Amino acid sequence: MTSLPLRLYIEGVGVWSPQLAGFPALCEVLAGAMPTPPAKAPTASILPPAERRRAPACVRLALEVAQQATAASGRELATLPCVFASSHGDQATTDYMCATLAREPLELSPTRFHNSVHNAAAGYWTIAVGCRAASSAVSAGRASFGAGLLEAGSQVLGNDEAVLLACADTVGVGPMYEVTGCREAFGCALVLAPQRSANTLARVDVQLTSVLPEPPLPEPLASWCSNSPSAPALALLALLARGGGHCQLAAAPALGLHIDLERIP
Amino acid sequence: MPDPMTPLAISAYTATSAMGRGLHAHLASLRGERTALQPNDFGPTPLPCWVGRVAGLEDAPLPAPHAGWDCRNNRLAWLGLQQDDFMSRVLEARARYGADRVALVLGTSTASIGATEEAYRTLDADGGFADAMLRPELHAPHSLAAFVAAALGLEGPCLTISTACSSSAKVFASAERLLRLGLVDAAVVGGVDSLCASVLFGFNALELVSRTPCRPFDADRDGISIGEAAAFALLERGMAAPGRPRLIGYGESSDAHHMSTPDPNGRGAELALRAALERAAIEPAQVDYVNLHGTASIKNDEVEAAVLERLFPITTRASSSKGYSGHTLGAAGALEAVISLLAMAHDLLPGNLGATTPDPRCGPRFAWRNESRPITVALSNSFGFGGNNACLLFAHAGVAP
Repeated sequence: MTSLPLRLYIEGVGVWSPQLAGFPALCEVLAGAMPTPPAKAPTASILPPAERRRAPACVRLALEVAQQATAASGRELATLPCVFASSHGDQATTDYMCATLAREPLELSPTRFHNSVHNAAAGYWTIAVGCRAASSAVSAGRASFGAGLLEAGSQVLGNDEAVLLACADTVGVGPMYEVTGCREAFGCALVLAPQRSANTLARVDVQLTSVLPEPPLPEPLASWCSNSPSAPALALLALLARGGGHCQLAAAPALGLHIDLERIP
Repeated sequence: MPDPMTPLAISAYTATSAMGRGLHAHLASLRGERTALQPNDFGPTPLPCWVGRVAGLEDAPLPAPHAGWDCRNNRLAWLGLQQDDFMSRVLEARARYGADRVALVLGTSTASIGATEEAYRTLDADGGFADAMLRPELHAPHSLAAFVAAALGLEGPCLTISTACSSSAKVFASAERLLRLGLVDAAVVGGVDSLCASVLFGFNALELVSRTPCRPFDADRDGISIGEAAAFALLERGMAAPGRPRLIGYGESSDAHHMSTPDPNGRGAELALRAALERAAIEPAQVDYVNLHGTASIKNDEVEAAVLERLFPITTRASSSKGYSGHTLGAAGALEAVISLLAMAHDLLPGNLGATTPDPRCGPRFAWRNESRPITVALSNSFGFGGNNACLLFAHAGVAP
């Protein structure tokens, strides 16, 4: 690989898992403390009440972290393009769809069908914030965060504009639990920009590389990582929490991203 | 508004749908103004409707080395890759540039959910997947791109885009950025969607499926006919393929309106169209042919006809090709890109098959029957659930700006 690194600036970060209510909690964990876990599951408070009732868990998780990341960036949400990555989308919806289709296909709920599209989170988000910019929904198995970062990063630099990247997966439901191996919810989001601004948190250089063995994450991050296909993002988030360093993320089976991150004071 | 882009060469392309296998079959279907829709006989309890079903997939398992990926969607992908020497062209590009310098960006809405549905119909006594169905990589939205990457031996960026019915139009945009930033030297793009219970009964639950063959832009249209397809294109920089057609522009936008119905004012669609024109640095009057999204749903066609009238001069010709193939959902962007490229290559402007009583909202821009005329610049519209819009612009090599 000889391509130049993609230089991106992080303007906002969001994290949610059953142990982490936000990015500050991750910083506490890495400092050896035990932060208070979130009191309840994400509620997607950014949605109007009718949409909030209809939105499935994976959408609420993705919107929670998107809301956290964009709040810090101060960007105008109506014009901020977004990329929503997920390995499996909303697993309760998949389980409901497949179980209902096996039993009584004519009873399928129209709302749950439209919630089953992989771009449900992108759809709900753009409706909630009135965003008419480009929105996308991507997937790449356990490389979903890395592949999403490459997609979002190429939009940032290709179009010279800030982009919201969110990556979220929920717990496997029904017989899919043992198939997908998703044992715990995890979501995270970044606002990525092409230039440094007053809200810049860190500079990230992303370079394509043949996959290198990832240095092991410390516990409990390593366990979280194995419990969710979205959680490999923790390697990058840990750099941000620690103030800098480098790591590798998978972007495809034979393609890695070498990440070099420097915190900007 | 976006900056103008450097056109990319489409050095190879192919399609497989109910219209047939490969470009010749699609051209013959278009020339003959014949629908490929048939009464639905898919699945254990077929929904009474019409579908665009690809013949022969049941008897075409994947070759042994790929057997672990076997399912209807991947069979269709494999069949599609064999047509028009497409796979050979990709392998040549891989040899030319290196496996890590060729990206794979595929769009799908169904992926292999049909295989997951089947697993749920045949659960073990303990409620789990039967051993034969325990193939985790198959029960995921990325199954198509992961299979095709393995089948083609590609080691570059590999991404699934799944934004419902705009999925495989957006892949052209992602690939263009990867090429422009110098991350790759070529990109395989495309889309594959296959018939499955989720989409048939899902669209039925939304009362969007017609009981008759779909009638895009007909005054009495009453819904879509679902189809399946695999369509692919190989994108390279212009100098690598001087005589080949060009991708000259694209635009992406969101409606910010509703999860399953379009913005009645078509503002999102208009933004995507204008962005495509800006990237191509052309005026609406330079577009000879618009391949419309034209699903035959009441709302889509109403909104899209109004956008067409608002943005384009009376000389622009437009039609939907969903009457031939059905709505191939996540594959529609790529299939209709190929139909637009065929129209350009053969001076054949496809008629809007299926409409017998044109909706009075549809003005003089509509080509209700086939027309023989040169098409230098073609536009293809794709609009999906969640208000996700993508428009693509293609041109002959000689005239690309």
